[in-house]
Amino acid sequence: MARYFSIFLTFARACLVRDMTFRANFVLECLTSLGWMSMNLAFYLLVFQFTPEIGKGTGWTREPFFAFVATGLIINSIVQALFMPSAEELTEMVRTGGLDGVLVQPLDAQFLLSMHRVDFSSFANGFVGIGLLGWALARMDHAPPTVVWLLYPLLILCGVAILYSLVIMLAAATILLGRNQSLYDFWFYLTNFSRYPAEIYAGPWGGPLRALCTFVIPILLVVNVPARVIAQPLEGQAWGLVWLAVTAAVASLVVSRLVFQAALAKYRSASS
Amino acid sequence: MSRADATPPFPGLRAWWTMLVICLEERLAYRGDFILGTAMRFLPIVTQVFLWTAVFAATTRSDIAGYSRTDIVAYYLLTMVTRAFSSMPGLAGGIARSVRDGSIKKYLVQPVDYVSFLLAARIAHKLVYYLVAIIPFAAVFFVCRGYFPPVPDAATIGAFTLSLVLSFLLGFFMEATLGMLGFWFLEVSSIIFAYMLVQYLLSGHMFPLDMLAGVPTGLAGVSVADVVRWLPFEYTAYFPAAVWLGKIRGAELARSLAIEAAWVVAMAVACRIAWWRGTRRYSAFGG
Repeated sequence: MARYFSIFLTFARACLVRDMTFRANFVLECLTSLGWMSMNLAFYLLVFQFTPEIGKGTGWTREPFFAFVATGLIINSIVQALFMPSAEELTEMVRTGGLDGVLVQPLDAQFLLSMHRVDFSSFANGFVGIGLLGWALARMDHAPPTVVWLLYPLLILCGVAILYSLVIMLAAATILLGRNQSLYDFWFYLTNFSRYPAEIYAGPWGGPLRALCTFVIPILLVVNVPARVIAQPLEGQAWGLVWLAVTAAVASLVVSRLVFQAALAKYRSASS
Repeated sequence: MSRADATPPFPGLRAWWTMLVICLEERLAYRGDFILGTAMRFLPIVTQVFLWTAVFAATTRSDIAGYSRTDIVAYYLLTMVTRAFSSMPGLAGGIARSVRDGSIKKYLVQPVDYVSFLLAARIAHKLVYYLVAIIPFAAVFFVCRGYFPPVPDAATIGAFTLSLVLSFLLGFFMEATLGMLGFWFLEVSSIIFAYMLVQYLLSGHMFPLDMLAGVPTGLAGVSVADVVRWLPFEYTAYFPAAVWLGKIRGAELARSLAIEAAWVVAMAVACRIAWWRGTRRYSAFGG
């Protein structure tokens, strides 16, 4: 484990050196990333001009909702920085046969394929997320108790673990399909479901969708559980959600590992 | 060789047809990836439908900026149709890449007009996309038929169709011009991303632009919506959808169509100028 951590730090250092070599590009990437986030925040501000709450009686008024958005920003920035750049490269590696070079290395293939690149500019949104969370919490009626401050980082990690598992499953799909240019799109579209409180998925269509995105593909647990814990009183059903998020994170990691191994077993080299 | 073989009846048309067939075959080479990508584009609309349903549930308003709950759902679905015409994934980046890696030089020595080739390729891309997407589109529109107002009159349908064709051309020439900035800048990915941000916000893809009517610009009596009306972006998502929903009618409709057509001509000219000036400053080395 220590060896892998040391190798990961070497990868991260190399990526940081590369980013700092092209500083202007790095700053531009940070700015465009912040631009995208600002645009979404502007949209939410516009929505709150027309309504006091997202969903009647859900408790997602303006400040709690922005705490929700902040939690999403923190989780997504970690995944975007640590795992997505490597996963995006996998598409071409499978198609061109570059994957062969990875498979003969004396290291775990999943580790190498999912963590060899770090995009430091993606952390910019995470820092803004932390600032936004502070802003929202300072304006809310209740202050989170100590137990919440202990649970919140753990649940953030669970959210990251679920999204990482999803990335690995999509990587496995890339290996099986031979090419998956839509990998990034699919990740974006699927995680789109996690961008809003689970309560909005109600009614004859919303209910089954909510169940599907909670128990089958646990995407709704990623942001909802940590955001609910920090932005709303920790009582009753919230404890059940905490256990569900932890269980889903562990199960996702195990299942994605098995699926990835099965996909690698079916890999046929594209090179000569 | 007979005279007929030497000069085919419509040489220009034949070249276009050949380009079209090549691009169709290219698109269908990785069918699994393509079908997956097409089906996924409906996912964001699902969250938007639920979001706005929740917004309307929590407010006492019967409409927001003139849109009822059903109008908003219909609007988002119609922008999907518009975006199917106006979005040009990979076009600007592809042009910039071929300038950077030098592969564009083959078009300079071949008797093929590069912009025409790109246009034929994009038409082929769209044709295959519609062929695949018609199934999920039809299914979603059938399921959501209750959200739509009655089918508009023939004139509105005609204006809607025209606005879609113009949105395709506008989207193509805007992105092609953007890609040709690669002749001047080594790396244009950040510029493309910035363009995508502005486009996403100001095209009406995110929300009906009428909602900006109450957002002030700082100038007396001028809202953000008033400014956006004169920019090209709204014609790539908002405008056709608003036409179908009857939000834009009569003289305003004719004026908007004229502005859209003017933007198509302006961007086509800009694209040609960029190509003409770009190829004059372009230099390629090696094989």
